[in-house]
Amino acid sequence: MPAAAILAAEGRWRAARARRRRDLALGGAAFLAAVLAAAWIGEVSLPRLARGLPLAWDYIVRTMPVLHAATLGSDIADWMWGFGDWVALLGDTLLMAYVGTLLGVAVALPASFAAAATLAPGWVVGLSRRLLEFARTVPTLVLALVFVYAFGLGPFAGVLAIAVHSAGALGKLFAEEHENAALAPVEAVRAAGGSWPAQMRFGVLPQSLPGVLSLGLLRFEINVREASVLGIVGAGGIGEELYLAVRQFEYQDISAILLLILATVAAIDLVCGALRRRVLGGRAA
Amino acid sequence: MRRIPAAPLVFGLGTVLLMAGLWRIDASPERIWNGLSRLGWLVTLMWPPSPGGALPDLLHGLAESLAMAFLGTLLAALAALPLALLGAGNVVGSALLRFSARRLYDGLRGIDTLVWALVFVSAVGMGPFAGILALAVPDTGTLAKLFSEALEGADRRQVEAVRAAGAGRMLAVRIGLLPQVAPVMLSQLLYTLESNARSSTILGVVGAGGIGLALADRIRINNWDEAAFIVLMILAMVALIDGASRMVRLRLIRP
Repeated sequence: MPAAAILAAEGRWRAARARRRRDLALGGAAFLAAVLAAAWIGEVSLPRLARGLPLAWDYIVRTMPVLHAATLGSDIADWMWGFGDWVALLGDTLLMAYVGTLLGVAVALPASFAAAATLAPGWVVGLSRRLLEFARTVPTLVLALVFVYAFGLGPFAGVLAIAVHSAGALGKLFAEEHENAALAPVEAVRAAGGSWPAQMRFGVLPQSLPGVLSLGLLRFEINVREASVLGIVGAGGIGEELYLAVRQFEYQDISAILLLILATVAAIDLVCGALRRRVLGGRAA
Repeated sequence: MRRIPAAPLVFGLGTVLLMAGLWRIDASPERIWNGLSRLGWLVTLMWPPSPGGALPDLLHGLAESLAMAFLGTLLAALAALPLALLGAGNVVGSALLRFSARRLYDGLRGIDTLVWALVFVSAVGMGPFAGILALAVPDTGTLAKLFSEALEGADRRQVEAVRAAGAGRMLAVRIGLLPQVAPVMLSQLLYTLESNARSSTILGVVGAGGIGLALADRIRINNWDEAAFIVLMILAMVALIDGASRMVRLRLIRP
């Protein structure tokens, strides 16, 4: 009797193992098919990859500045010949990100209360969520292309593109913060005769403010990165200069500008990280 | 409590900076008004969205974007895994190596995909191949960072158990460490895929393949109804990928 039970158990185990192997083989085959299809559509093949990677590496090596220990000072000066202009453009870029983020927050904050399921009626929530979704799904660069056409070349279009995308992204995240807020203070404000805006301002916002500020700072970090490339479509900032350098094969300018962008982004990340930790205080970052 | 006296100062500085910014970007009421009316006019031109007889081309562009996102993510994952092992403090115990690996991750992901696309278009020519490389390089940095953090958060007792059973270091990583973090890694990989599905739609603007080329062209020649159609196609694809990825992720977390 026990022997039969063992045999039965072993039979079940074998069946389970066979099923698992079959699933694995099927999944693997599907994955392989997807890779092959993607490679076919993406015009990639191993020989092409083998040919292309050294080319890309060669290009990157060419952008490296030639620095000699003996003439280090003048070599660096040569490499960073446009330093003043570039720093001014980086300043523009930061300003674009700042104004864009702030405008985005200005739209996102009111919208986020309407998109919080615990705070607004169902149809308002649905409508606001769809609008926010639309605003954040259209890529910033596409918005910039359209705005450049409507508002003319320059940073104004870039700021608007950043603002619209940020409003969509932040509105959703802010709404999630508001949904986590306790409802008792809201009821208290309502009981005291507060209108809906007053309930949001005095009942919800004090609870969700740390989260809102932290998310806003995080968005600013992202927007600095985005602002640095919007110049490629003519929407202002350091990106225009970078695009020019790439187009005119000014190899060393490319690395100089990229280094400055990297340094700026790193500095902003550090500052915002410190601010975020301070804003969140006891809460986990 | 400290931040209350600082509040007026922060607000003051912030407002001054905002004003300076608005002045710098030349945001005069007249310009805003003209731009808005132009924008309104564009929206009327966009309606109704129409493929303009080029639907097969557009679908091919979209498929190209999707293929770029998929292969870019795959390439990034393959490159990120060894880099992550090097940068995880509990796999390779060298502080110097860990520090330099971290800086490498930061450097790779600090530069935007679009900039990498510019570089790779110049280096290997126009087309989706440049786009794949442009997606893969910064993602290698991001994934390596996420993977190494996941590895460092893993339970070390399982690794010790495998070591105690007489396995070498490689085997301990393979059997003791990777199975613990594999679901986390796969889930991060899916997030990266979603993000790449978005990014891959714009790389065409600089000539790196995908639907973005068609979109930028339509905008350049003022075919706004076709541009609107392409944007809608992009939105549909992004929603589809997000949905599929969410389903797979749920299955991974609860097998």
